[in-house]
Amino acid sequence: MGRATKGNHMISILDALAKKGVLVSDGAWGTFLAAKGLAVGECPELWNIEHPDDVADVARAYAEAGSDLVSTNSFGGSRFKLDHFGLGERVGELNETAAALTRTAVGPDVHVTASVGPTGKILMMGDVTEEQLYDAFREQIVALERGGADACVIETMTAIDEAVTAIRAAKENTSLEVICTFTYDKIGEDMYRTMMGVSPADMAAAVLDAGADVIGSNCGQGLEGMVEIAAQLHAAAPGTPIMVQANAGLPTRVDGVDTFPETPEDMAARVPALIEAGAGIVGGCCGTTPAHIAAIAKAARETTA
Amino acid sequence: MEELLEQLAVCVERGKVNAASPYPPDMKGEDGADELTKKALDEGIAPDDVLAKGLVIGMGRVGQKFSENKVFVPDLLMAAKAMSAGMAYLKPFFEAGEAHHKGVFIIGTVQGDLHDIGKNLVAMVVEGGGWKVVDLGVDVSPEKFVEAVSENDGCVVGLSALLTTTMVNMEKTVALIKKSAPGTKVVVGGAPLTAEFAEKIGADGYSADPQGALSFLDV
Repeated sequence: MGRATKGNHMISILDALAKKGVLVSDGAWGTFLAAKGLAVGECPELWNIEHPDDVADVARAYAEAGSDLVSTNSFGGSRFKLDHFGLGERVGELNETAAALTRTAVGPDVHVTASVGPTGKILMMGDVTEEQLYDAFREQIVALERGGADACVIETMTAIDEAVTAIRAAKENTSLEVICTFTYDKIGEDMYRTMMGVSPADMAAAVLDAGADVIGSNCGQGLEGMVEIAAQLHAAAPGTPIMVQANAGLPTRVDGVDTFPETPEDMAARVPALIEAGAGIVGGCCGTTPAHIAAIAKAARETTA
Repeated sequence: MEELLEQLAVCVERGKVNAASPYPPDMKGEDGADELTKKALDEGIAPDDVLAKGLVIGMGRVGQKFSENKVFVPDLLMAAKAMSAGMAYLKPFFEAGEAHHKGVFIIGTVQGDLHDIGKNLVAMVVEGGGWKVVDLGVDVSPEKFVEAVSENDGCVVGLSALLTTTMVNMEKTVALIKKSAPGTKVVVGGAPLTAEFAEKIGADGYSADPQGALSFLDV
C-alpha cells in the first residue's frame, strides 16, 4: 500500500492545543469494528491486514466527524497480546500497518495517535520482567511510528509501573509525543482509584516524571465521573494538558445487543464542565460513535468560541 | 497456639511472605507466612487448623477489605503470595489425606475471552478460603468445562468474562454444564456482569468481587 506520512509542516499536539485551546479526539474502535463484523475471539489487529478498508473506514469516519486526533487499530498490538493468537512474530507488520491505515485515511494534517493498551501482565506478579515489558512496548511503538503516527496514546492503564515502562519505551526510542491515560473506578464520594489502587494525583506525578506530554483518563463509567477526575488531574498537574475519553456510559444488554446509554447529546452536554475542569482534549471510548464525536466537537467549539 | 495462628493470619492479610521479604515495610525483618506456617506445624498444630484458623482467616480479611475498596489488586496479590508460601508446607498433608479442602472449584474465562486478571484474583481468594482450585485458564470452551466437571465429582464452577461480547458464551457454557451434569452449581462474575444477567442465563450465583464468590461457595 502507498504510505502516507505526516505533513512536513504538522505542528505538535502541544502546539495545536496552545493555539486552539481545545482539541477533539476520536471515539470507540472496538465496538465500531464489532459492528462491522469483527467476531468474538478474533484478533482485532489482524483486521489491519485482512480487512484494511474497514479499519480505514473507522479512522475516516472520525476524521470526518471532527476529530483532530485519530488513533490506530493497535490497542492489543503488543507481543504479549498477539501471542494469544499465535501472531507474536507479526508485531512489526500489524502495528506499522495500523498506523499507515489511519494516516492514509485521515491525511497529513490530522494527528495520528498510536493506540497502546496494557499487556495484561502484572509486573509485581513476576510473570514478566520490566525489561521484557520494555522491549515489547518498544517493538510495538517503534513500528507505529514507522507507519506514520506522530503521537502515541498509552491508554486504559491501571498500574504505574507498566505505564511508566511504556512511556520510557516511547520516549527513548521514538520522537512521538506521548499521551498517557488511566482508567478509574469510583470508590467513594469524589474518590477515584484504578484497580491497582492508583489515584489521579499519584498517576499524574509518576507519568509526568516518566516524560508524558499529556495525561488523562479513558474508559470507565461515563462522562459524569470524568469531570471530577479531570479536576483532580488538573490540580495535581496544573500545567499539563489533560485528555478525557469516556465511555457512552456502562453497557446494558438489550435482546443480545450491547446498548450504551449515553446519547451524543448526553455526552455533548457535559463538555463545557469538562473543559472548565481542565480537559484540553475530549473524545470518547467504548460505545461512542462518530455521531458522539460530532456532537462533542460542536460543543467544544461553542465552549471555546 | 492461638497467638501463633493469629500472627500467621496477619502475615497473610498484610502480604508478609517471609522474613527476607522487605514488604510490607513496617514488618521488615519479622517472620512471615513461610516461617510461621513451618513453626506451627513443628509445634504440632493440626494442618487443618493451620489452614482454617491461620491462613484462611488472613485471606478472608484481605478479601473482605478488597470488596470494600479499602485495599486493591496489589495487596491481594501479595496476600496470595504469602498464602502460597504457607500452603507449600501443607501440600504433603493434603496429599496424605491429613488436611482437607472444602471442595473443588473449577474456574476459567469463557470462550473468546483472553482476560485473566479477574479470574486469577478469584482463584487466589477461593484457594485462600480453603478450596482446591482447578484453573482451566482463558478462552475455555463449554466442552472443556464439562470435561473438568465430569472429572471432579461435586465440584462448583466459576465462569469469568470481561467483555460484553463474550458474555454470551457464558450462557452457552452454563447451559451445557447444567445439561451434562445437572445439579452442578455455577457462579459467574466479571466487570460487565450484573446479578440480573446471571439469573437470566441460569447461573446459580453472581459476585462482583472475589470474596463474594467465596461466600457463595462457603454457604
